[in-house]
Amino acid sequence: MKKNKWGLIILGLVIFIIVITFPFWYGKGKTSPAPTLSLDTPAIAQLKEKRCVEDTSFMRESHMKFLGTWRDGAVREGKRLHTARDGRVFEVSLSGTCLKCHSNKEQFCDRCHNYLGAKPSCFSCHNIPGEVKK
Amino acid sequence: MTTNRREFLKIAGVSTLSLIAPAIVCPAWAKDKIIPVSNSPEALSPSKALTAKRWAMAIDASKCPADCVDCIAACHATHNVPGFGNPKDEVKWIWQEKFAAAFPNESHAYLRESLQKQQLPVLCNHCANPPCVRVCPTKATFQRHDGIVMMDYHRCIGCRLCMAACPYGARSMNYRDPRPFIARINPDYPTRTKGVVEKCNFCQERLAKGLGPACVVACKEKALVFGDMENPQSEIRLLLEKRFNLLRRASLGTKPQIYYIL
Ligand code: SF4
Ligand code: SF4
Repeated sequence: MKKNKWGLIILGLVIFIIVITFPFWYGKGKTSPAPTLSLDTPAIAQLKEKRCVEDTSFMRESHMKFLGTWRDGAVREGKRLHTARDGRVFEVSLSGTCLKCHSNKEQFCDRCHNYLGAKPSCFSCHNIPGEVKK
Repeated sequence: MTTNRREFLKIAGVSTLSLIAPAIVCPAWAKDKIIPVSNSPEALSPSKALTAKRWAMAIDASKCPADCVDCIAACHATHNVPGFGNPKDEVKWIWQEKFAAAFPNESHAYLRESLQKQQLPVLCNHCANPPCVRVCPTKATFQRHDGIVMMDYHRCIGCRLCMAACPYGARSMNYRDPRPFIARINPDYPTRTKGVVEKCNFCQERLAKGLGPACVVACKEKALVFGDMENPQSEIRLLLEKRFNLLRRASLGTKPQIYYIL
């Protein structure tokens, strides 16, 4: 009886290890192409200097935390203007400022979020300009 | 393996230590990175914004023509308030109540008939001592320095404690996704989502742009007066000095800031 027990335990462990490492060996060698983000919008085309509120690498890495500070500042402290590091002043507004330039949410925000499986809930309340008619 | 009491206490002790160690030692990896967002010491506030020490509203309902709902329509259109079409799910920021419902303590059977029939506009009282703020476990409901009792919808977990705490029924829950029930979405103001509570915000988003509250602007009869209670020269203070006025259920100690001229 004793031997039998160990056999079962080892079998269980092997199955456990196979299941837990499944994503690693299943995806091995496969590549999924990185999303290409489109900056082709009328508002961006008109910009002389193609620069977001802060520089691209900062926005790419930290836009979520950055938008979090915008959100808390605007809602809780009434800070509705943001002075960027280079001195330009922006209205603190997701629909009004961010989406004014990035009017192609599907080719910009969504592509990366879908690729990474990120599901921000911003737009369950915030309006997407153009989707609602004035 | 059997664990005796001594073993158990050892494990519990080590676990506790490992939990609190980062807070005491605080190595670099345990610190939240602070991202400098702005160089400006304090964010500018647009010079045209309307500001006050203590926002309040006076309502002279005797000026309200029968069946007029201009203030309600303007508010609900401005703020994307959904119409679910049944009283159980109703979401409302400003609505009407009979005198007896709005002022249960002051009402009696021999009151002037016109007053008994009168529909009073009612809304969040932006209480100076707001019970909703006290009970909210997430600080989603908070009081601004200018007295506005405001909601941070991002933080609301839909527990509805605030609805139980508010003695005026000024708060509504979105039991369903409100978007399909908004007649026409105002693109300049967000909607809410399923599972959050909402209420009047004294049009803080309009005040920031230098505009008066939507209901006040919409009222052709000038029945609603909005202003700063801390300024003795403000229109609202001068008006309240002249006319007898009541607060809804003042005995509860919530210090409501909607003054009803009767
Ligand atoms: S009326 Fe109700 S919701 Fe408004 S501040 Fe007072 S307690 Fe809060
Ligand atoms: S429902 Fe939302 S606002 Fe109300 S008490 Fe709960 S968390 Fe706070």
